[in-house]
Amino acid sequence: MKEIVVISGKGGTGKTSLVAAFACLADRPVLADCDVDAADLYLVLEPHILRQEDFSGGKQAKIISERCDGCGICMEVCRFDAVKKDIHPDNPGQMKYIIDPIACEGCGVCVYFCPQKAIDFDPPINGKWFISDTRVGPMVHARLGIAEENSGKLVTLVRSEARRIAEENGHPYLLVDGPPGIGCPVIASITGADLVVVVTEPTVSGEHDLDRVHKLSSHFGVPTVVCINKHDINPEVTERIFEESRKNDMPVVGKIRYDNSFTKAQIMKSSVIEYTHGPVVEDVKETWAGILGAL
Amino acid sequence: MSIVVVASGKGGTGKTTIATNLAQIAGLLGEHVVYLDCDVEEPNGHLFLRPDMTKNIPVGIPVPKVDDEKCTYCGLCADICQYSAIVCIKDKVLTFPDLCHACGGCTRVCPTDAITEVERTLGVVEEGLSDNIKFIHGILNIGEAMSPPLIRAVRAEGDKEGLQIIDAPPGTSCPVITAINRADFVLLVTEPTPFGLNDLGLAIDTVRQLGLPHAVVVNRSDPDNKIARDFCRERGVDIIAEIPDDRRIAEAYSQGELIIGALPEYKETFIELFENIEELLSTAKVE
Ligand code: SF4
Ligand code: SF4
Ligand code: SF4
Ligand code: SF4
Repeated sequence: MKEIVVISGKGGTGKTSLVAAFACLADRPVLADCDVDAADLYLVLEPHILRQEDFSGGKQAKIISERCDGCGICMEVCRFDAVKKDIHPDNPGQMKYIIDPIACEGCGVCVYFCPQKAIDFDPPINGKWFISDTRVGPMVHARLGIAEENSGKLVTLVRSEARRIAEENGHPYLLVDGPPGIGCPVIASITGADLVVVVTEPTVSGEHDLDRVHKLSSHFGVPTVVCINKHDINPEVTERIFEESRKNDMPVVGKIRYDNSFTKAQIMKSSVIEYTHGPVVEDVKETWAGILGAL
Repeated sequence: MSIVVVASGKGGTGKTTIATNLAQIAGLLGEHVVYLDCDVEEPNGHLFLRPDMTKNIPVGIPVPKVDDEKCTYCGLCADICQYSAIVCIKDKVLTFPDLCHACGGCTRVCPTDAITEVERTLGVVEEGLSDNIKFIHGILNIGEAMSPPLIRAVRAEGDKEGLQIIDAPPGTSCPVITAINRADFVLLVTEPTPFGLNDLGLAIDTVRQLGLPHAVVVNRSDPDNKIARDFCRERGVDIIAEIPDDRRIAEAYSQGELIIGALPEYKETFIELFENIEELLSTAKVE
């Protein structure tokens, strides 16, 4: 089984649309949507959910006010500015301490040092993850709760479930829709993969992001190839990306023309392969062939 | 001082385009502007505002270092650590600085003062000037997972006066929250596509959870722009600007040019956007 992770640096380069298109071309793929912050693949693949589980990332501290005597130690030890104090509503002579759940990092230091044992420390439910069936194959996806941390952990979970399904059922490919950026969720998506495909655009930002993403994938020793989307909006930058990629041992495996069929396909909840027979489909097919060639 | 954040659920909707043009217009209108690029994983604002950098400040977090002479291998440090960043096995204590959130728990709990804290660098904050705009951004080191402390450092460099424009990272999880928390106003940038609007919905949920005033800018909009307008009406948020889907804008962007520089006819659009924000800021503050 080969695991292919599609990422993009910034996002918004057509990554998810391309994953949906590759899914239609691949031989019996399993899909994993690891862009858990902005999970969009389901809008095209319309999964039928077979199994649903709660995800719990880290713990969160909560002061039980009946037990708190207002000593203020929690505020003193918290390094994340998460403990707030206010005049006690029932007793103006005393301070009332509360923890801002959004600022709380879940480190548990206040819990340990509270002399009254007045702080609860439970793992809240931070999201859900799903195993589903789609028209192109099984899919593992997730929804991270609003303003939650630990998306890296959720990414790892989604990936390993998808891997398990692919291995147990002899699927030849696992296609991962990766998150944007180069931080914790991206690191969680690419480590140990067989191939990273970076979808970029010929813009100065695209170039800049590609460079950072490439440094990241080489840092983790994952072979990397590039796909230039909308290559015709700036031929000059496209040419530069070709050259840079050659130098950096990160071959360009395909370029795809600017075509609003991608948007139209999205509106029809289909991939561009299902939506049109236009020339852009040839670009996508060639890119997919290039990816298989690089494996 | 006002803090205006430009954010979007999805990447690539034109967040940086809006933020940089807005900063430039506000500067031209005589505002004291500070531009804070908090998208430290992929900072791009400098490609458009092209500041002359004058300062470079490494940013780190304090992580534990154990003195074997003093350690009694009691294991208390490992017990308090929620991130498995310090582990005690028989007669050895191991630290994993990459996993450490710098909460200080281990140092505080150690009964023999065997732990001291040393700085681990996450990235740098750079500062400079672009015309009369003060420009600040953070650059996360490659391979680094911990972006929130660097984002906090970028925000801390902002002035205490004037208009702070923050370019936030994409998404809805910790880095975004760190960049937008306690802002005065959040401008949500979207594009009128199913993906764009789905992610806008998540971004609206996020700012509402944080209780922050917000409004929407539709980028690459078509003249009738029905799906975005319907969506925003349903969700009860205002659209305060629409930037048309103009290929010349995409080309200017691809070359690293500001829209208002390359296509002056759009100046008016950004002046209006800026005035709308000013007005919303003053009503938000009264409330
Ligand atoms: S440390 Fe415990 S008792 Fe003291 S203020 Fe905090 S919660 Fe209350
Ligand atoms: S758990 Fe940690 S971050 Fe949360 S309030 Fe307690 S000390 Fe602060
Ligand atoms: S708490 Fe201090 S003494 Fe105990 S194992 Fe950790 S470093 Fe050693
Ligand atoms: S500072 Fe906190 S996170 Fe870091 S090792 Fe110590 S207890 Fe763990």
